[in-house]
Amino acid sequence: MNDAFGLPQSVLVLGGSSEIGRAIAIQLVERRARLVILAGREGPGLEAAATAVRGAGAAEVATVAWDATDVAGHTRALEATWARHGPIDLVLVAVGVLGDQERLEHDPAAAAAVLTTNFTGPAAALLAVADQLRAQGQGTIVVLSSVAGERVRRSNFVYGSSKAGLDGFCQGLADALAGSGVRLVIVRPGFVRTRMTAGLPGAPLSVEPAAVATAVLRGLASGAPVIWVPGALRAAFVVLRHLPRRVFRLLPG
Amino acid sequence: MEQSWQLLTGWGRTAPSLAELVTLPGDEPERFLEALLDEPAGGTVVRGLGRSYGDAAQVAGGRVLSTQRLNRLVRLDGREGVVEVEAGMSLDTLLRHLVPLGWFVPVTPGTRHVTIGGAIASDIHGKNHHVDGGFGSAVRSLRLASPTGVRTLAPGASDAADREAFWATVGGMGLTGVILAATLSLIPVETASIRVDTERANDFDDLLARLESDQSYRYSVAWVDCLARGRQLGRAVLTRGDHARRDELPARLARSPLDFAPRSRLHAPPGAPRGLLNRATVAAFNEAWFRRAPRRELGRIEPLSTFFHPLDGVEGWNRLYGPTGFLQYQLVVPLGTEAVLRRVLERLAESRAASFLAVLKRFGPADPAPLSFPLAGWTLALDLPGGRAGLAPVLDELDELLTAAGGRIYLAKDSRLAPRLLPAQYPRLEEWRAVRQRLDPRNVLCSDLCRRLDLAGHRHPRAAAAAGRARPGPAGAAEASPLPTARGRRAQ
Repeated sequence: MNDAFGLPQSVLVLGGSSEIGRAIAIQLVERRARLVILAGREGPGLEAAATAVRGAGAAEVATVAWDATDVAGHTRALEATWARHGPIDLVLVAVGVLGDQERLEHDPAAAAAVLTTNFTGPAAALLAVADQLRAQGQGTIVVLSSVAGERVRRSNFVYGSSKAGLDGFCQGLADALAGSGVRLVIVRPGFVRTRMTAGLPGAPLSVEPAAVATAVLRGLASGAPVIWVPGALRAAFVVLRHLPRRVFRLLPG
Repeated sequence: MEQSWQLLTGWGRTAPSLAELVTLPGDEPERFLEALLDEPAGGTVVRGLGRSYGDAAQVAGGRVLSTQRLNRLVRLDGREGVVEVEAGMSLDTLLRHLVPLGWFVPVTPGTRHVTIGGAIASDIHGKNHHVDGGFGSAVRSLRLASPTGVRTLAPGASDAADREAFWATVGGMGLTGVILAATLSLIPVETASIRVDTERANDFDDLLARLESDQSYRYSVAWVDCLARGRQLGRAVLTRGDHARRDELPARLARSPLDFAPRSRLHAPPGAPRGLLNRATVAAFNEAWFRRAPRRELGRIEPLSTFFHPLDGVEGWNRLYGPTGFLQYQLVVPLGTEAVLRRVLERLAESRAASFLAVLKRFGPADPAPLSFPLAGWTLALDLPGGRAGLAPVLDELDELLTAAGGRIYLAKDSRLAPRLLPAQYPRLEEWRAVRQRLDPRNVLCSDLCRRLDLAGHRHPRAAAAAGRARPGPAGAAEASPLPTARGRRAQ
């Protein structure tokens, strides 16, 4: 069950090897979570995440081989997860790849693959998750979106548009879930220092994965539907969202 | 019978969950047994007026049986002072019957808007616990519909199993069955007034010393300013009293000494903004409250409702906490561990957790119910605004302290306790579980509280069963659904 602070006892991470996902899972385990299921591509990344979550004190950690792009298999895969481990109080969707923008601009198939991984796959999975949680009568979905989706930029528009799609999808789904006992929280981090962003020039207001996790726990308690990390980005985007295109295009990064 | 899927919370308005709320007709109590035998996949729990603060009277994905229509007064013995009532009757309704006839309920909490069933299932206490014990002590017998059948239970039953079932139901948080009716011992009163002595305590030691002398009062409580620190830590206003005798009333009241018709004069606005009750507003309130109280005033005559149920004067006051709701933190620590109580007050004051005046009281001895909250010691209760993640670890830290000291948290108020502390706080938990299991061997009864704390000790098999049966449903969520099938309902 989720408690009065929105803290879950069981957690499913879709995209289980995500560093931000791992940071959130660890903080949830440090509070009330005793069961964590990490679903993702099998490999050392998933195993390392499992070890880290176990190290944080989870009573039970399971890994499940799961392919975000297998949209036809989502319903069955999630039903199986619930049958084995349910009920699940919180589902964290932490699937995403950045892609090499320059290469993607000239490789339509690769660009489409990024869109599938970041948007089509998670969106389909979210529908299957929402059905499971509705039937439970309670639960929380946390989706890692990005400020890159808030206003899509020249420098990473494949990634940015995938997050814009996912973010919009989640806003609608959150409204569809109103009154069901299920809550959907959208997280919009700025630049987070992870493997995914390694080698990229740092951006202003960049944060560590742990800072995203802390913000998520704060949002679970406060009931915020959207969490910006760091919080200052919310104000920044009030301005950025309305800049004229000619000006926005000239911004660095 | 009415049924619809509804989002339910406790009085604190945190952690909502969706369940099928079923209101059964009052004239056929056996329908409650049928409903339990139906075994819906998500589990079943009973709900009265929804005044427990946390998640005791809700069950996510399951069925909630409302006792709202089960509200008749069955029998009143005006000579012996015994009343038999159905479990859905509120203390408010019962008092309106009783007081004009010169009788009072054995125990009343800070609100009249609780049901008799809830009062028993939470083994509630009032300002007279140090003299009269908890609500369970005044129950002569009760009728319980559990999945194994309907039975009448009494503390003096000849059958040991019945006695055990009685005490497992008192304080059992609704997890032994649905209480249908109860027979209660009453307190005779000459008037509908209380003779109140008020005094201020300037600090913690002063406060405890004054509360030690409680025995001369039937009712006693102290309102503590939880924002006061340093030398003012524990400053409080004590109000203590007893039922006024007829000859103590002023002439104006003496003409009709048993008049009792309380009304709520104010309504909280429906949409209070976030943060209305913040540190500044609450500190100002607390200061004013403390200053307003006379340093010492003896023999003031107050109406029952002013003395016992001040918050009932504002209907829906829980909404003042805004959309994030609030939680009530109520603990008890044994006599002799006053240092822990002081540390708790210090820590709360340090954390600047805005709280309206907290309530401190000395409890008398525990009753025989294994899951009952009160034990001989000090109980402290405070309301805290919800929505603040930083408060969670502070309360966890206090829980560790009080658990180590032999204290516990009140389940009817809880919405956030760490489950691993439960067995230490309630050392007779296993004994209660064994009796519960006899009454409900198939684990039909289940609440969000039960799942969250693993009260029943089997990691919620019914929730897992419900989840395994989930089927994709249409998008709209909170609409009323058609009748469920007996097993495996559709997902709305």
